[in-house]
Amino acid sequence: MRDRADLVIIGGGVVGLSLAYHLARLGFTDVVVLEQGYLCFGASGRNGGGVRQQWSTEENIQLMKESVQMFRRLSSETGYNVWFRQGGYLFLARDAASAQGLEANVKLQNRCGVPTRLISPAEAQRVVPGLAPAGIQVCAYNPTDGVLFPFPAVWGMARAATQLGVAVETFTRVTAIEARGRQIVKVVTDRGAIATNRVVNAAGAWSVQVARLLGVELPNKPYRHEILISEPLKPFLDPMVSDLSDGTYFSQTMRGEICGGVSDPAEPSSMETRSSLRFLERMCRAMVRVVPTLANVRVMRQWAGFYDETPDGQPILGRVDEVDGFIQLHGFGGHGMMLAPIVGKLAAEWILRKADHALFQRYDLGRFKRGEVQKETFSIG
Amino acid sequence: MGKTIVCQCEDVTQGDLEDAFEQGFRDLESLKRYTGLATGLCQGKCCIAHAARFLAALKGGDEAAADPPRTRPLLQPTPISCFAGPEELSASPASREGQK
Ligand SMILES: Cc1cc2nc3c(=O)[nH]c(=O)nc-3n(C[C@H](O)[C@H](O)[C@H](O)COP(=O)(O)OP(=O)(O)OC[C@H]3O[C@@H](n4cnc5c(N)ncnc54)[C@H](O)[C@@H]3O)c2cc1C
Repeated sequence: MRDRADLVIIGGGVVGLSLAYHLARLGFTDVVVLEQGYLCFGASGRNGGGVRQQWSTEENIQLMKESVQMFRRLSSETGYNVWFRQGGYLFLARDAASAQGLEANVKLQNRCGVPTRLISPAEAQRVVPGLAPAGIQVCAYNPTDGVLFPFPAVWGMARAATQLGVAVETFTRVTAIEARGRQIVKVVTDRGAIATNRVVNAAGAWSVQVARLLGVELPNKPYRHEILISEPLKPFLDPMVSDLSDGTYFSQTMRGEICGGVSDPAEPSSMETRSSLRFLERMCRAMVRVVPTLANVRVMRQWAGFYDETPDGQPILGRVDEVDGFIQLHGFGGHGMMLAPIVGKLAAEWILRKADHALFQRYDLGRFKRGEVQKETFSIG
Repeated sequence: MGKTIVCQCEDVTQGDLEDAFEQGFRDLESLKRYTGLATGLCQGKCCIAHAARFLAALKGGDEAAADPPRTRPLLQPTPISCFAGPEELSASPASREGQK
């Protein structure tokens, strides 16, 4: 392992690796990525792979538009097929408030050039064969949203970054960060130390612990989020389907499996990763309500990962007051996979001072103290 | 020479494991994700032991390096209908706490 680096990235999830990949593409390769487990150990290897542009703020819509374009290129850029399939996203509204929300979002999305349409339940049945229309008021459908297979996205970015000269060290856990005054001097791992003045905290649900190594307190909280996958079926389901009434979402993978989850308002913040029967039952019930014929499909496997949640549902990006050269890139909740390409690229440009992006001031840790928060209302799961 | 099948459900051969190893996937969790091994209908019951043995050999006989991947429910593929019964029958958060 290298014993010094210009920049050390803690966390080999999709966020840390996207940053490493984009830094390397800009010619900056004196970088070490440290991952405590195997690649895909964190949320980046446990998610549903959903990539949507249906958001409720102009900023998120524009960022996701960029990410979609980047995912379209990622397979050829990295040599790993990420199986990105633009089958659309279909949101179901069962009450007046959700219906109004969709209506407002669609207007905003259209203004931003995203071709979302409000469609009736009858029309939605043509998009989702077997959809039960009862109780659905209206749906929002954008055919250019999609799903991808998370593993090759992670591996691809890691390999491309490595080939350009970045070091990615797996099974290497950061145990301490040493500083002299405001300046970072060293990152200590269970496999040796790396001298550096700059550290990026991209540790997802573990970011709070990493920040504490430098005495920085973060407001993030980890929540278990469970997900399941069925036996493979003949391809029949184009879009990701999401029921706004209970936060259910599911789509069909390129291997034919139905894969999805449902939010659980009773889930406490914890670092629990065991699977629960409660989730299995809630999810199965939710799927049958949306597409009754799924009742005969067999569930193969379930697992859990973390949502790394912040108080306003937006990530934490940028510097901190207490220490120099300590950059935060975490708090991506249930949408870090889709944000990772564009955030990694913008962060690389910002760190190398090739461009100044307002994002890294607006979404810094200090915003919670300043009281400048704008809530994204359209987070699922 | 014939092929040696390691995972019958997902048609993963010994050669596939060797390729994956070459690519840098050198633990069972990663081999599982890269090759699809143990993600088919048997959920690894038929193949994990074989894969562990091949991996240990590739690593030069280091059996300890081939820790099995974490086993995930369900025990066997089960129809969604079996779990989609009336809400009253399902585990409440309280009873889930009780299971810890
Ligand atoms: C079930 C589920 C479904 C989801 N569905 C979607 C979806 O459809 N679309 C979407 O966009 N997002 C989805 N998400 C969210 C998405 O997975 C995350 O936002 C994203 O993966 C976050 O990436 P990350 O790199 O910040 O975190 P992670 O992938 O968790 O990476 C952080 C890494 O840091 C490492 N680390 C931590 N501490 C240390 C240390 N001390 N030393 C070394 N390494 C350390 C961890 O091992 C981990 O690998 C879902 C999440 C879950 C759990």
